Amino acid sequence: MGRKLLTEHINVEGIHTFDVYRKHGGYASVEKALKTMTPEEVVEEVKASGLRGRGGAGFPTGMKWSFLAKPEGKPRYLVCNADESEPGTFKDRYLMEKLPHLLIEGMITSSFALGARTSYIYIRGELLYVLRILEKAIAEAYANGFLGENILGSGYSLDLHVHPGGGAYICGEETALLESLEGKRGNPRNKPPFPAVWGLYGCPTVVNNVESIATVPWIITNTAAEYAKIGVGRSAGTKLISAGGNINKPGVYEIDLGITVEEFIYSDEYCGGIWKGRDMKAVIAGGSSVPILPKELILKTAAGEDRLMTYESLSDGGFATGTMLGSGGFFVMDDQTCIVRHTWTLARFYHHESCGQCSPCREGTGWMEKVLHRIEHGHGHMHDIDLLVSVAKQIEGNTICPLGDAAAWPVAAAVRHFREEFEWHVKHPQAATAPGAVFNKAESVLA
Amino acid sequence: MEQTASVNQVQFSEGAMAEIRRYLSHYPADRQKSAILPILHIAQAEFGGWVSPEAMDLVAEILNIQPIEVYEVATFYTMFNLKPVGKHVLEVCRTGPCMLRGSDQLIEHLENRLGCKVGETSADGNFTLKTVECLASCGTGPMLQVREQFYEDLDPASADQLLEDLKALTVRKPWEENY
Repeated sequence: MGRKLLTEHINVEGIHTFDVYRKHGGYASVEKALKTMTPEEVVEEVKASGLRGRGGAGFPTGMKWSFLAKPEGKPRYLVCNADESEPGTFKDRYLMEKLPHLLIEGMITSSFALGARTSYIYIRGELLYVLRILEKAIAEAYANGFLGENILGSGYSLDLHVHPGGGAYICGEETALLESLEGKRGNPRNKPPFPAVWGLYGCPTVVNNVESIATVPWIITNTAAEYAKIGVGRSAGTKLISAGGNINKPGVYEIDLGITVEEFIYSDEYCGGIWKGRDMKAVIAGGSSVPILPKELILKTAAGEDRLMTYESLSDGGFATGTMLGSGGFFVMDDQTCIVRHTWTLARFYHHESCGQCSPCREGTGWMEKVLHRIEHGHGHMHDIDLLVSVAKQIEGNTICPLGDAAAWPVAAAVRHFREEFEWHVKHPQAATAPGAVFNKAESVLA
Repeated sequence: MEQTASVNQVQFSEGAMAEIRRYLSHYPADRQKSAILPILHIAQAEFGGWVSPEAMDLVAEILNIQPIEVYEVATFYTMFNLKPVGKHVLEVCRTGPCMLRGSDQLIEHLENRLGCKVGETSADGNFTLKTVECLASCGTGPMLQVREQFYEDLDPASADQLLEDLKALTVRKPWEENY
């Protein structure tokens, strides 16, 4: 049984209210930080904890904080990225809905560390119902003296607001998010300058994921040294995993980084195995952008070692045989899943979500979608399969923001690991387009 | 002529204006344009589930910006309906993780029940059927959203029940009592 740093009290009745949250030790980090620590000490503590950004990139949170410029006479901002839109990922929504005060506590402690006087939570527009939960909780925090002027008599003041997006995956990219928060289209900015220097309204800004910010209270209250004891090596702490797809027990699980992938999928404590008594075909382990892996490679590395739920182990083997922990959006495909059809839905997603600013992404995502559509619907040619790889390659690394990479990787990986299935669609269009038809490796060899 | 005169008179109710003022107070005085997305959400709820050019002009007026600045934003973000819609807009997630759990079948079922295709409105005007991309509900798919509400783990029976419930529902605005 792993330790629950974030979710220990998540099922306590009334935990979404200030009083119950406070009774269970809530807001202790605000008291400790504001009364006994300097902002620099809070930054150092988060640095020492080894916490890495939980939005997907895995960049060390404390280091990101230490890059924040501090010019005289300019405000600094902390913006929480609650634009959770990566297919397969629903942990932040769960956390905010159930434990709004945990995020607010994290925002206060983190804002204090960064010297921000106004902070924003940018939440995806589809989650307006969660915005209302957060706003209620923020009002409670103001009423109890944890937000507003002179918090707990410390002299530190903070205003916190929730800002809804309008339905755009791209706004999860931090500079697109800032553009959006300024009331514009969500077109990512060229970097540098980075937000730490030129962020919201041209001021130094830190953008952090919900889960990262929600982890700060535990680190401050219990110390970085205690946090760093959990996990394996550079994968410190716990991680929320959104488990979905064809499993018996979908949901959000807080795991110690370092358990095996096999345990996560098959143990009753987590996913509970594959649904309907079926076998597992493939897994996308870190949100739809990361490479899909077939059963053999998700359970064991190419070297035959157990694959672990850590940043390092999941990426072992690079993209040839590995993948990424990413956002922790973990979804499992059973043996009845058509990989071509599934990849087509993802390509369609990225085409839909490309902001259109860079030609390789704007044109390439649409191109890949079209090619996958024709293969899936029985009109593909053999050279289409290599065309997919070629288009993906030409998008990758050639765009302002990582959406291009995110669109290219899943397509390239699907062809890499499931080429025979794509070929079967081309060679046997009638069989492949029959209702419910699924590629079967053994039968295909016989044919 | 008569129609032009009436649509040009679109105005926010007092309740909606109070919400708008609350959002405006969140941003620096010289950065009021930041409130554009919150206000567009309010406009969509206020004016029957879609944002007309007249409504966008009104938003521009409130923010003291050019109408084009509102148009370019409203057309970028997928949540804003730029054409009239039915009483309820069913937004069905169709991305990979929901597909694995049966969103294709749900969409087909709804098309048959409503007698209209994705992108269309049912003949009785009650439902507009839309597909959307991932709504962060991957563990509880297939699912759909209506205004702010998520309806999850749907199957044909629960989807049919939902349609019946929605038909009977009185649509309220977020700032109204009993919302």
